[in-house]
Amino acid sequence: MAQQTMTVHLKVWRQSGSDSQGRFEQYTAEDLNPHMSFLEMLDVVNEDLIHAGEDPIAFDSDCREGICGTCGFVINGQAHGSERGTTVCQLHMRSFNDGDTIVIEPWRARSFPVIKDLVVDRDAFDRIISAGGYVSVGTGPKPDANSIKIGKDVSDKAFDSAACIGCGACVAACPNASASLFTGAKITQLALLPQGKPERTRRVQRMVHQMEDEGFGNCSNIGECEAVCPKEISIDNIAKMKREYLRAMLSDT
Amino acid sequence: MTKLDARMPDGPLQQKWEQRLEEMKLVAPNNKKKHDVIVVGTGLAGASAAATMGELGYSVKAFCIQDSPRRAHSIAAQGGINATKNYPNDGDSIWRLFYDTIKGGDFRSREGNVYRLAQVSNHIIDQAVAQGVPFAREYGGDLANRSFGGAQVSRTFYARGQTGQQLLLGAFQAMMRQVDRGKVKMYPRREMLDLVLVDGVARGIITRNLVTGEMERHAADAVVLCTGGYGRTYFLSTNAFNSNATAAWRCHKRGAYFANPCYVQIHPTCIPQSGDYQSKLTLMSESLRNDGRVWVPKDEADVDKPPHQIPESERDYYLERKYPAFGNLVPRDVASRNAKYMCDKGLGVGATGRAVYLDFRDAIEEQGRDVIEDKYGNLFHMYHKITDEDPYEVPMRIYPAVHYTMGGLWVDYELMSTIPGLFVAGEANFSDHGANRLGASALMQGLADGYFVIPFTVGNFIAEYDVQKVSTDHKAFDATEDDVQDQIERMMSIGKEGSRTVIEIYRDLGKIMYDQVGMSRTKEGLEQAREEIVGLREEFWNDVKIPGRADGYNKMLELAGRLADFLELSELMAIDASERDESCGGHFREEYQTDEGEALRRDDEFCYVAAWEYDEDGDPKMHKEELEFENVELSTRSYK
Repeated sequence: MAQQTMTVHLKVWRQSGSDSQGRFEQYTAEDLNPHMSFLEMLDVVNEDLIHAGEDPIAFDSDCREGICGTCGFVINGQAHGSERGTTVCQLHMRSFNDGDTIVIEPWRARSFPVIKDLVVDRDAFDRIISAGGYVSVGTGPKPDANSIKIGKDVSDKAFDSAACIGCGACVAACPNASASLFTGAKITQLALLPQGKPERTRRVQRMVHQMEDEGFGNCSNIGECEAVCPKEISIDNIAKMKREYLRAMLSDT
Repeated sequence: MTKLDARMPDGPLQQKWEQRLEEMKLVAPNNKKKHDVIVVGTGLAGASAAATMGELGYSVKAFCIQDSPRRAHSIAAQGGINATKNYPNDGDSIWRLFYDTIKGGDFRSREGNVYRLAQVSNHIIDQAVAQGVPFAREYGGDLANRSFGGAQVSRTFYARGQTGQQLLLGAFQAMMRQVDRGKVKMYPRREMLDLVLVDGVARGIITRNLVTGEMERHAADAVVLCTGGYGRTYFLSTNAFNSNATAAWRCHKRGAYFANPCYVQIHPTCIPQSGDYQSKLTLMSESLRNDGRVWVPKDEADVDKPPHQIPESERDYYLERKYPAFGNLVPRDVASRNAKYMCDKGLGVGATGRAVYLDFRDAIEEQGRDVIEDKYGNLFHMYHKITDEDPYEVPMRIYPAVHYTMGGLWVDYELMSTIPGLFVAGEANFSDHGANRLGASALMQGLADGYFVIPFTVGNFIAEYDVQKVSTDHKAFDATEDDVQDQIERMMSIGKEGSRTVIEIYRDLGKIMYDQVGMSRTKEGLEQAREEIVGLREEFWNDVKIPGRADGYNKMLELAGRLADFLELSELMAIDASERDESCGGHFREEYQTDEGEALRRDDEFCYVAAWEYDEDGDPKMHKEELEFENVELSTRSYK
């Protein structure tokens, strides 16, 4: 099948380790199939680099279907690129033009140190979850699942918040490198559901404090996080987090 | 030599598990913290096992290759999870789920294991709901159910098309709670590269830190492997890019038998391949078959026509035609094979001719776009994104792809491998799905193993064996670490001079596997595959090219190590497929089919589990575990 191919010029951030100085390197990727995903394009570039005896561009990816949250970097200044509701692995070359120059950088945030090239350390997110992003129930006999009625509206809303994939784009896009959307989404999911209510006070306090301790900045309502979120998680989750926090400060329960 | 004893409790099927639980020895609460347990892999099985054992009081160390345990590939499971709640009042029961699973697996699994799975299925739903997993619900507030993957009852619970994600996050959060309590220590970006045995008992692991390249030693009283399946042997599959069989295969090389490696599930509803650059394929949940109708043009001349120009009378809804009772809901292996046949006949559609239509036109007409969007919105969105075609307007194009492996390390009823102290849970073991897994059963098995089986059986082992502490200074750790280090150094030294990249060799392996060890197999093809694999393995060990260094982040080195293992495991898969002279489930041998082209099972000769013992000289030895069916009658699967 005859298909049009395309060429793009890349400016990629290369950094050998967290303590080393980084720099942009230029590459040209030719004969690309527009139906390739962005990561597949990088795979092709890397194969060429390996053959040329050079170090391939390091980037993280795993499921390559937009659900694991492993991949992610900044493309032309936008986290996950310019398409809404999309992770890098689901971004296709057809959304670029033949001959484009594309700038690729890692997530930039003090709390996400660079490991290599486009790979960053997002352990801080896991520490926020372990501070309270759960319902404290053990494994074992539980009441029948249908004994807790939850209206479809509430359940759907909780799901919308629970859809977060923890990729870190919200932090990367925020000028303050705030993790409020990530943290707010988990707090909101669990605050909406009856199962999460008994410990909502402790949860919001601990998670917010952990977020601050990790060095993430404050939310100043810019909204970039929502704009880049591949799961289109609403900034309302941050408002909800703030209300939950205020409520926690004013009450003892 | 290890005796292949499944340690199946006597007594009636319905009471086996309860009886075993009562017989088990317990570890006293104040002693549990003195016992270290290693859990490798943090998918549904691993995260739930680590969370539960941490909560019970054991000192758990959990390992994953991803940067966070939340990213394990269970996250990508879409469709749902089965349980026998019978909320829709359509006659479901533990027995029915058990029977469907045994039958779906083509009578190649153990009755006792499968029954236990069905028994604990309801607890999983209760557990997940208590954790705040946002399952789909009805307006009245009850949980919603749907029929899935060939089941004639609605027993599948789901969370839009992201059930795996939500269940995994539930288990992950439960584990992170134990991390907070100091009961689980999490080691992300670590790859288990070997198992350490002391006096024949699993006592620890060697891991490589994927950021620094350092070797690390970890000792424990038991090791639980939850490292998933080996679908990536085929290179192109729906499995994640980093999914691999390395931990399981290296345990196999240390003495754990590998069971039924030829049982591979090729999932019927995947997005067709678009080019050679591709490294993985994307699954579209099979729940789509509930409302989508599968068809191809009747006439070869129509395959390139836009689908809406092909009138109803010129469409062959071949699944509905051939299997009127089940129609589009036939099990996965049947649906996959039929898609292949249609494409082999030249009736395939799309750019490559390797695709069939999955059409929602009628469902949208009957139920309305809103209803379809509510059920499958995210799947339609994903399809649209990948293919640039809107499935609300044009039928999807789908083709089968490797998705799940039913084979895995052999385990007994307590999920312990042939190496004492090495437990295997989830997809990594072979135990519950026989020759074919039914839809919405993988999540169920992973969580059943992790929440409700492993925590008890590991405790029983620790109590019964009276294991004594070993230190990581033990000479067994020295020797095992040296082996791992040697292999890495060997690969890096060949890698400096080699000419073929890891991906190039890997792609070749995938092609051999799809062509000869795929949906349809022949003795001749399998023997040829074996020869080609041996040749490719030699090529790898002489000519692979690996960039960079071993003492830091090096994705290609990681992949090289995994490929080295796939190049061995693939041969065992071909051997196993060639020895099994019958067709069953996902294993279809062209020599063994009925006059109508359906699978011909040969129960008289092949009603056994083939458990393979590793042999350094490439001559593995098969041990048979005969399957005894006391409660069900072996019938021929018929979906007509």
